[in-house]
Amino acid sequence: MKAGKVRRRTLTYAGLGAAVAIFLTGCGTQFQLLNPAGPVARTELNLFDISIVLILIVIVPVIGLLLYIVYRYRDIPGNTAPYDPHFSDNRVLEFIWWGIPIIIVAILGVVTVRTTISLAQPPGSTSNASPMTIEVTSLDWKWLFQYPGHKLATVNYAEIPVGVPVQFILTSNAPMNSFWVPRLGGQEYTMPGMALRLWLQANQPGDYYGHGANFTGRGFAHTTFHVIAVPMAKYDQWVKHVKTTAPALTLTGYKNLAIPNVVGELTYSSYPANSFYNTVMNDGGRFMPSTMQVETSLHH
Amino acid sequence: MPISHLSHWGLLVTGDPLLYGADASIILASVGIVFVLTYFKKWKWLWREWLTTVDHKRIGIMYLIAAVLMLFRAGTDALMMRTQLALPNQHFLGPEHYDQIFTTHGTIMIFFMAMPFIFALMNIAVPLQIGARDVAFPYLNAISFWLFFFGAMLLNLSFVIGGSPDAGWTSYAPLAGLHFDPGPGENFYLLSLQITGIGSIATGINFLATIFKMRAPGMTLMKMPLFTWSIVATNILIIFAFPALAVALALLLIDRIAGAHFFTIHAGGLPMMYINMFWIWGHPEVYIVLLPAFGVFSEVVATFSRKTIFGYKAMVSSMLVISVVSYFVWAHHFFTMGGGVSVNSFFAVASMLIGIPTGVKVFNWMFTMYRGRIRMKMPMLWTIAFIPCFVLGGASGMMLAVAPVDYQFHNSYFLVAHFHEMLIGGVVFGMFAALYYWWPKVFGFILDEKWGRWAFWFWNIGFYVCFEPQYALGLMGMQRRMYTYPSGMGWTALNFISTIGAFLMGIGFLVMAGGIVYSIFKGERDLTGDPWDGRTLEWSLPSPAPHYNFAVIPTITDRDQWWTLKEQGKQDTLRPRPEDIQPIHMPKNSAKPFLIGVAFFAAGFGFVFNWYVLAAAGLFCIVILLLVRSFEYHSDYHIPVDEVVHTETALGRL
Ligand code: HEM
Ligand SMILES: [Cu+2]
Repeated sequence: MKAGKVRRRTLTYAGLGAAVAIFLTGCGTQFQLLNPAGPVARTELNLFDISIVLILIVIVPVIGLLLYIVYRYRDIPGNTAPYDPHFSDNRVLEFIWWGIPIIIVAILGVVTVRTTISLAQPPGSTSNASPMTIEVTSLDWKWLFQYPGHKLATVNYAEIPVGVPVQFILTSNAPMNSFWVPRLGGQEYTMPGMALRLWLQANQPGDYYGHGANFTGRGFAHTTFHVIAVPMAKYDQWVKHVKTTAPALTLTGYKNLAIPNVVGELTYSSYPANSFYNTVMNDGGRFMPSTMQVETSLHH
Repeated sequence: MPISHLSHWGLLVTGDPLLYGADASIILASVGIVFVLTYFKKWKWLWREWLTTVDHKRIGIMYLIAAVLMLFRAGTDALMMRTQLALPNQHFLGPEHYDQIFTTHGTIMIFFMAMPFIFALMNIAVPLQIGARDVAFPYLNAISFWLFFFGAMLLNLSFVIGGSPDAGWTSYAPLAGLHFDPGPGENFYLLSLQITGIGSIATGINFLATIFKMRAPGMTLMKMPLFTWSIVATNILIIFAFPALAVALALLLIDRIAGAHFFTIHAGGLPMMYINMFWIWGHPEVYIVLLPAFGVFSEVVATFSRKTIFGYKAMVSSMLVISVVSYFVWAHHFFTMGGGVSVNSFFAVASMLIGIPTGVKVFNWMFTMYRGRIRMKMPMLWTIAFIPCFVLGGASGMMLAVAPVDYQFHNSYFLVAHFHEMLIGGVVFGMFAALYYWWPKVFGFILDEKWGRWAFWFWNIGFYVCFEPQYALGLMGMQRRMYTYPSGMGWTALNFISTIGAFLMGIGFLVMAGGIVYSIFKGERDLTGDPWDGRTLEWSLPSPAPHYNFAVIPTITDRDQWWTLKEQGKQDTLRPRPEDIQPIHMPKNSAKPFLIGVAFFAAGFGFVFNWYVLAAAGLFCIVILLLVRSFEYHSDYHIPVDEVVHTETALGRL
């Protein structure tokens, strides 16, 4: 019995210790979610911190109380703790433990709704630059990025300028996937026949890991991509470089991309006109115009 | 690795060593079973006493055995996955195998482990707790069991015949549609769940009718034991939620075998509709398996603290609130599918609200222990272990309910850690508490403490070692459902630790099974019928209870009837008096529920492979069996007074 209790306590300490260690060493960038590189991920992390604090207010006392009660009232000879077999209701106590969760849920609910609203808006730009758009199509098992502003396209990587809000418009020409760049912000699904919007922004240059988050079959584990954030000047250079050196993405080329397989990074100086719009429409978009969050921006 | 059945249906000749291994073990096990039954001349016994039984206690035992076997099967899946993930870039399982295995693991754990486990407990405990002789519809109860059983067979068979489903236990369209997932695997999923789901709906109706109509005189609703209340709440959820699943599965099946377009990408299909329907069932399902565990904890905590449960009314109302509110939270499973501000806000707040009644229950359990005398027997150990685990899982659940936080955690290992914390720490720990608690009532002997404690510690330590690192992996951005991962992401060490934990749980399972075998031979016999100093009616009966349960139906005056009588020294009130004994009306055994199961299996198998003759024959047999049953006028009999007197005397109760 005694050994069991000691072991339990050691376990709890070990668990708490590990948790603390994780948060303190969170500066290691391998904890991607704890190392936001842009305002969206930052907002989400702040909300995560708030929710952790609010919840710790409940669970720490609960676990402490549990240990105390189990220890104090265990059935051993000579235990002097009071024994009251009919103690089964108490207004004040019940009031307290209905009240505390209600208050916590109320606070958490308010911050949640506020943040949900704010994340639907473009993040505050740091460079007065106007937002840019990238159209993202998930294919089996790769990511196609189309830049309507420059009419260029990339596969499995996307360059973006630092400090500029980027509007990713997401669809899929395969089973749905989910577009996730942990250090820039939370994910949004890519769904056939729909065009959903996700705002992200990088505030520091870097090569950010991205991955499909929703299972899409055999090649799913290989749906990695990179978002590379560079200063504006370098970004412009990159665009110029692509426009002058990369091949064009033709209709046949697109059809080949749509074949289920895993490929590396590719770059194209142009793509067939309206190809993103047509993909959305052909994959069911024409049956459900109301599910297009971003309809107006699609024609070009 | 060539998985030829993905492209063409090379049924048995797959050239895959894993499948040959599975084939061989299935054949060996079957031959072994047939041999043992024949050698000991047990075929007749098996047929008469088990396959045709309508006795809720025996049906409960069969559910229990099936659930434990399925825990083993799906647990083996889990260990294979954890082995594959122990280190980066491994080739123990290829993507095809990994995808099939996580799909069958999840599907079997939910439908063929958790569900039969709760059905086992319902069958074992509810009639005894409410003073009834059987359930309202014993024949239907047997049908439910055989539908579950043959549904489970169908899914388990898929691994060796034709290939397992591989689109996840959620089986989202369009990935699970014919276009992206040809081959029979997905059909196995759809048909086996459809068949078992029909059984589940019938069980829901059956037990609601039993509880509402067959309680002993005097047992008002507010005098019912809390486990029985939890079964009320669960069954309300079952009868409203399962039809949504049945429709979703049926429509997807029609898409797949008849070329319809309910959920396809093209021709106006709406894949999103499948996802909505799946989770309209799926979220309540979580509570369907969790609420009975809540009921178990409530019984155990009062019994082993020797105290009245704290806040009985709050316990009842919180379960009912949970069962209603859990219908309004389903979209938290897809905050990231473009729900928009208003949808996400509504479902986020509704999800958090569930935390309130759940939190209240935790406090009530703790204050039941407060000022009690806590006996650390196995059921109580599992209950105490449940609380911290559940509280941690609940905490991460609250975070996932915060929609913008979920944008980051959705589909990550943070989520995997969260739901295992609820499903193992909540459901499985609850089932284990119940297993140790009611075992003596069912089998007449107590499970050994020493083996039990070893198993307990392996499970508990293994659990935290396996799943706490996965929260961290989530924070490191690791996605779920990846058959492998690259090195250099920082994920390796934590994955390795997690795998060690999984194997510790595997050892825990084996020790638990060892303890059961040991106890069969050496376990302490329960001669009193009341080994735990219990509070509710079932403990007033001998262990195991006679097949009619109560020779005389008791009259109830108190919530903890048996405990109160013991306090007053009036236990004898619940012993039958010879002059009160009357002939007892009982249902006859029947082969038809079993045959209906066989017919459903044949029909299901036919549809899986588009063999319509077999499918039609199966359906035809079902209709015939139902017709024959409706013209059966002598499906019951009376046990004469002599026989009851004889049995009760032999049990020393007269
Ligand atoms: C015995 C300990 C267990 C271990 C080691 C374990 C391990 C795992 C692993 C490795 C996965 C796959 C994760 C991924 O690749 O995304 C998984 C998924 C899953 N597990 Fe478990 N599991 C255990 C017990 C359970 C139990 C008891 C349940 C339910 C009652 C359960 C339900 C699920 C579900 C629903 C999934 C998701 C399947 C899917 O993604 O479609 N597991 N588990
Ligand atoms: Cu849910």
